[in-house]
Amino acid sequence: MQEYLPFEITERPNPSGFVIITVSLLALLSAFLVASFVFWAYGTNPITAYTALFDGAFGGVYELSETIRRAIPLLLAGVGLVIAFKAQFWNIGAEGQLLLGTIAATWVALFSPVPEPLMVPAMFFFGFLAGSLWALVPAVLKSKLGINDVITTLMMNYIAINLVLFLVQGPWKGEHQWGFPYSDNFPAAAQLGTLGTTNVHWLTLVIGLVAAGLIYVLINRTTPGYEIRVLGSNPSAGRFAGMSYVKTSIMVMFISGGMAGMAGVGEIAGIHHMLRNPSELSLGYGYTAIIVAWLARKNPLAVILTAFFFGAIFAGGDALKVSLGLPFQITDVFNGLILFFLIGSEILMNYKFEWRRSP
Amino acid sequence: MIEAWVIGTLARTLAYGTPLLLGTLGEIYSERSGVVNLGVEGMMIMGAISAFATAFTTGNPWLGILVAAIAGGLAALVHAFASITLRANQVVSGLALTMLGLGLSGLFGKGFEGKPLDSTISNVTVPLLKDIPYLGKILFIDQNPIVYISIVLTPILSYILFKTSIGITIRSVGENPAAADSAGINVWKVRYACVLLGGVLAGIAGGYLSIAYRPAWTQGMTGGMGWLVIALTIFASWKPGRGLVGAYIFGALIHLSYRLQPFVAPQLLKMMPYAFAILALVALAIGPGKQKSEEPNSLMEPYVRGEK
Repeated sequence: MQEYLPFEITERPNPSGFVIITVSLLALLSAFLVASFVFWAYGTNPITAYTALFDGAFGGVYELSETIRRAIPLLLAGVGLVIAFKAQFWNIGAEGQLLLGTIAATWVALFSPVPEPLMVPAMFFFGFLAGSLWALVPAVLKSKLGINDVITTLMMNYIAINLVLFLVQGPWKGEHQWGFPYSDNFPAAAQLGTLGTTNVHWLTLVIGLVAAGLIYVLINRTTPGYEIRVLGSNPSAGRFAGMSYVKTSIMVMFISGGMAGMAGVGEIAGIHHMLRNPSELSLGYGYTAIIVAWLARKNPLAVILTAFFFGAIFAGGDALKVSLGLPFQITDVFNGLILFFLIGSEILMNYKFEWRRSP
Repeated sequence: MIEAWVIGTLARTLAYGTPLLLGTLGEIYSERSGVVNLGVEGMMIMGAISAFATAFTTGNPWLGILVAAIAGGLAALVHAFASITLRANQVVSGLALTMLGLGLSGLFGKGFEGKPLDSTISNVTVPLLKDIPYLGKILFIDQNPIVYISIVLTPILSYILFKTSIGITIRSVGENPAAADSAGINVWKVRYACVLLGGVLAGIAGGYLSIAYRPAWTQGMTGGMGWLVIALTIFASWKPGRGLVGAYIFGALIHLSYRLQPFVAPQLLKMMPYAFAILALVALAIGPGKQKSEEPNSLMEPYVRGEK
């Protein structure tokens, strides 16, 4: 059949950085093009919409700070997902692991005997641990029993959502919140400092940037990282070489869940200062982080860039909601379209299309 | 008292299990041909909003179901194009479809939120059969026609899959696409058809939710049912008959999560179906039997001619 095509398709085993970036940008552009039809169908002028989106994300210092603040949870969770995806572990559960981090932070801030000066480090420590433990369930179930990781990580999300709802409507419901389903406010010692008047909780941002570097080194420069890459690309070869699939799965999910947990700590200690409805704590950061990690082509350092990009989509989406009255689901539309075009365009990356010369 | 309670619970179980059953039947076909579609949640919600919008504007609920089927099918074709033609990763493509479905339905459904639907598909009571002791009260009083459609569909789809040449073709494409290809089967066509069927059934499941089961549109109203379908498909060992049993078990759990609210905190009850899905897969994995062997061999692998 291929002989009849006007071009020749040949495999490109190791696409260069230039090819990857060009194809990724083309994919993003195409997604925005299709999204403009969505705007048009909704009755909004696409140009107005994109202007508002851009202004909302980059229009000024405040706008830029909002973009950065949305990027923070995406950076932490995204870097964690990179390591899971490298090992071919489908962690779709960052959303739930993030929520477990918020639960742990709330426990430290309101119910633990941790002394005030130690509260911030304790929140990140227990937040990491809570996210990790939540992620270890699917890790053990997959590596020991062969149970589908997509399903278990997803089901754990729904369990986590209901766990938070249970806590804020039940045992942890605040005494000073006028009956609203919130926990009490965190004490000042458990609130993260922000840059000036913005919402950028810089400590979490620093943790995310450092983690991106550390995970890059772990994957590319260490023996466990080598095992992750081998088991991720060719599990049987890895097993044959004596690598433990169970050990590696548990390690990657420990890190992956922990990073998402710390993202949750940042959100609750840096922004909300109380446990509240899960849909307010996370705007689907755990799911968007999947795209962040995918767009970064599983490179932890590139996540810094892609997290920033999706932070802009969130901040811009917020502006669209305020200025044009579009529902907030517009960010889901962007996310879905971008993800489709990204994976759909991978074929352009891995194969070369060359026009046949006329005979 | 207890008898009436049990009968009432079982009768409502059918109503809750129906969208799960429809979705599972479709996903079984899709996966039997070798394509996992994690976009069930997205296709269902697209079905739900298009059914509601159609029934609301035209006043014809059955037209709503038809449009839901078309919407689900179109959504499935996007996944089919990405994963079959462009050979994209099936897990990620399905996730993208779910995000897109939730986003689009939220966007275009905004105007329909909170509006009452007058033209619904109303429940029926079957004369004569309703008088059968116990069974009559469970199955034949105040049930929705779509419940019956899904029940009738189960043995038909099971028969086609296991007893006809169409079924053999589908299963051979899922087991060994290269062999099927050399036997003259068009692997791509079969996969497209199966993914399409999955989308149509998921769309109908969504339409059932928004115009029969609870005639209203709220964004995100599928609430994870699509994901339960994915778990159910494995739980059912890719067999329609077992899919029916599983769908009703989970239907019962969802129903009980409302029914038991006077006794247990509702949030804890809502965890139940999801926790049970994990437990069920654990039980399958450690229990006796040969579940693993039923999984289609080429599941999640795009087919490229000349490889293997």
